[in-house]
Amino acid sequence: MRTDASEAILRILSAGPGATLQDAGRHGYLRFGVTAAGPMDQLAHATANLAVGNPAGATAIEVSVGGIELTAEGAPLSIAVAGGEFSLRLDGKPLPPAVLLNLEAGAVLKVRAGGRGSWCYLAVAGRFIVPTVLGSHATHTRTGFGGLNGRALAAGDRLAIERSVSPTPSLSAIAAPWLDRPLDAICVVLGPQHDYFADDQIAAFLAGPWTVSAKVDRMAYYLDGPGLTHARGYNIVSDGIAMGAIQVPGDGRPIVLMADRQSTGGYPKIATIIGPDLGRLAQARPGAVFRFEAVTIGQAVEARRSEAALLARGIVVEPLMRTELSSEFLLGLNLIDGVVGAEGSG
Amino acid sequence: MTLQFDPRFLDAGEAALVVEFGDTVDPVINDRVLALDAALRADPPTGAREFVPTYRSLMIHYDPLGIDRETLVAIVRRMMTGLTEWRGEGTTWTLPCCYDPALAEDLDEAAKILGLTRDDAVALHTKATYRVYMCGFTPGQIYLGDVPEQLKISRRATPRPPHPAGAVSIGGGLGTVVPFVMPTGWYVIGQTPERLFAAERQDAFLIQAGDLVRFEPIDLSTFRDLAQRAASGEIVARKRAA
Repeated sequence: MRTDASEAILRILSAGPGATLQDAGRHGYLRFGVTAAGPMDQLAHATANLAVGNPAGATAIEVSVGGIELTAEGAPLSIAVAGGEFSLRLDGKPLPPAVLLNLEAGAVLKVRAGGRGSWCYLAVAGRFIVPTVLGSHATHTRTGFGGLNGRALAAGDRLAIERSVSPTPSLSAIAAPWLDRPLDAICVVLGPQHDYFADDQIAAFLAGPWTVSAKVDRMAYYLDGPGLTHARGYNIVSDGIAMGAIQVPGDGRPIVLMADRQSTGGYPKIATIIGPDLGRLAQARPGAVFRFEAVTIGQAVEARRSEAALLARGIVVEPLMRTELSSEFLLGLNLIDGVVGAEGSG
Repeated sequence: MTLQFDPRFLDAGEAALVVEFGDTVDPVINDRVLALDAALRADPPTGAREFVPTYRSLMIHYDPLGIDRETLVAIVRRMMTGLTEWRGEGTTWTLPCCYDPALAEDLDEAAKILGLTRDDAVALHTKATYRVYMCGFTPGQIYLGDVPEQLKISRRATPRPPHPAGAVSIGGGLGTVVPFVMPTGWYVIGQTPERLFAAERQDAFLIQAGDLVRFEPIDLSTFRDLAQRAASGEIVARKRAA
């Protein structure tokens, strides 16, 4: 990728717990016990990257409900944010939750948990200059490697960016209606160990309803709902765990294993969430209620195909002045425009 | 001889296929897993992404937009008809292990449960050669079978507090070495100064499924010396190819 001579710094002013650097994941080392990590919501991560002109799997900042506040140093940065409906402010002025913007040196972007969603992605046009560990920048905080020294981002961190050559974006909303996903039914493929459960327990599993518990993180989402009982005990000889596997330990409470899961485990896995529905569950907050719906492999692959086609069409951005917004919102945006215009280096 | 394989094909979602040869810890079953793993790695089907051998099954991660399930199953079936007995890649590792009470936090407790003296437990542990059935749970962690009968101990009812990196443990009739600080339901009977996972080292991982492992007792001062050398990137375990 061609880059201009100048580098810029993205400086973290404050960060809640759980803001990490994530690329598309660290693949190829599962056989040694290394899980991929990578984004909790792959579709949102790809959307932010594509909106700013990066490859879909480029390294971006994953922001949790803990939020983040940051500024550019040295040179302006083109930034896209997409994911859950987070609350964004640029130098105090509100922005829509999915947005493409030019962050001038010294300008402050605040990202806070908003109306819904648990994760959003902040992509920067260019490349984060951090060490590649086992072929990836993905952060796995539990084992302490990848990203920035294997840890979550914190106030004072200065991330060097090799900027890509791209036109300075005008402040625009990212048109990504696919990120507005109701939770309702989450599709699963039954197995690999659904034969550890009698038919009535499979039915109870599918009927739910399930509530996302307070115990949720990058490793696992614990669910509350009807307790499930095992037909053949709950200890199995350990085998592999795919992302989205739903294991049922002895207490009958299902656990959905996510991006930072362990690579192997010894509880029966009643079902596996299909790839395209993982991000949707990841975005759910504690208290959210939903059901599971069993689908065939064919249906799951079709959903993947649709998702891939969606991104292949490219990301549409709409300059904010031309979108339908409330007068209060437009007033805020006019002020932003003034600020950017006054400080803009072009 | 050609092996008679009749595995089950289980789906772990639309992007992972489990080829299950059994549901027990058994060297014959593990041989089959490793034989198929070796064959697939030598000639990976287009669209297959990762192969994860475990005690008793091989998980194949694949791109379902690159290969469909039926094609993958057909390729695996065809591969298995030609497989012969797995002979292993033959690497034997000798891991230095310190059984000093300062590091072997649960050795006395485990010995008492097993009805052994501390010295007998250590002698049994160092006499045996263990098969690495699989790597997993955490990066570089190894699971060991062929634990002597007298050292077979159940797992704890509730986990103990976190142990240090390099803990050498027994539990559930098996052994493990864990390169991370972690709570465990197993009994920590020693500690190795070797780093089974070191992201910055050229060989980030040392041991793989199918390798053999022995433990060599070392005293506390040797442990400290070797730990320092391991920290600087040196490999302090001894490796012997077949």
